Amino acid sequence: MSDRGTYQPYSYYQLMETSLRELLVEKGLVTDAEVNEEVAAMRERQPERGARVVARAWMDDAFRQRLLENGTAACEELGLEIPALKLVVVENTTQVHNAIVCTLCSCYPRVLLGIPPDWYKSRNYRSRMVHEPRAVLEEFGLRIPQNVQIRVHDSTADMRYMVLPMRPKGTEGWDEARLAGIVSRDSMIGVAVPQVK
Amino acid sequence: MKPQFATDYPALDAKFDKGDRVRVRKAAPLGHIRTPFYIRGHVGEIERYCGAFPNPEELAQMRDGLPAQPLYRVRFKQKEVWPDYRGSDSDVLEVEIFQHWLEKA
Repeated sequence: MSDRGTYQPYSYYQLMETSLRELLVEKGLVTDAEVNEEVAAMRERQPERGARVVARAWMDDAFRQRLLENGTAACEELGLEIPALKLVVVENTTQVHNAIVCTLCSCYPRVLLGIPPDWYKSRNYRSRMVHEPRAVLEEFGLRIPQNVQIRVHDSTADMRYMVLPMRPKGTEGWDEARLAGIVSRDSMIGVAVPQVK
Repeated sequence: MKPQFATDYPALDAKFDKGDRVRVRKAAPLGHIRTPFYIRGHVGEIERYCGAFPNPEELAQMRDGLPAQPLYRVRFKQKEVWPDYRGSDSDVLEVEIFQHWLEKA
């Protein structure tokens, strides 16, 4: 915020973060450099990583199967080292639409999708997604036909989830990078589907 | 039953198989509980065995959470969870629940 040049007093959470960080540095538990490195690494985690995984699954059916069997191991094949993340990939089909929520807090596959959007952490989304998913999806502009089953996954414990969306029509012959370009963050949470512009 | 994710710490045996009908215990203990309140007392079906993980209720008390508790994904019918559910009869909700919260239904 200092790059905008406008002075604002610290908020409660900023003050708490700064105090805690300075204490940890003072006690020699972490260094400023380590904190900066971690923040930089966190910024690098973007939904493009997840999109790459989805595009590969669309291109390569054997990879798709390995991804559904063990998401963590399959991501390692792409050089995404995520040992702490137990990744469960759920696949959308013409009969099933999946969506992810964490009603207890805001569990989210950050390594693949980056920092979760604010709405994902909101009480509104967290409480309503398990109870009236169709109404919530409509608010996102996604109408799911009644003959399609909706599976809502409440991420309550050690698993983290990613939706494998359906590859849209009109993408025949596309290469992996072009396919990844249409896989949005929201489509991997399950509140949108990839669109061909 | 083979877990989806293998772990290497001491763990309790998995008591349930895929497809088993289970009821979530209707209890309200104090502390850090990872079983959502809305699902307690409901009956579902084991969708998969995820693996065994340190018990979060113990971890929250600064203990090691071992032996690890088997963790399952349990599938519930939306219409059975919410009497006023609006949507398809086939819609489901899947929740991760630790074994000590489940009993045979």
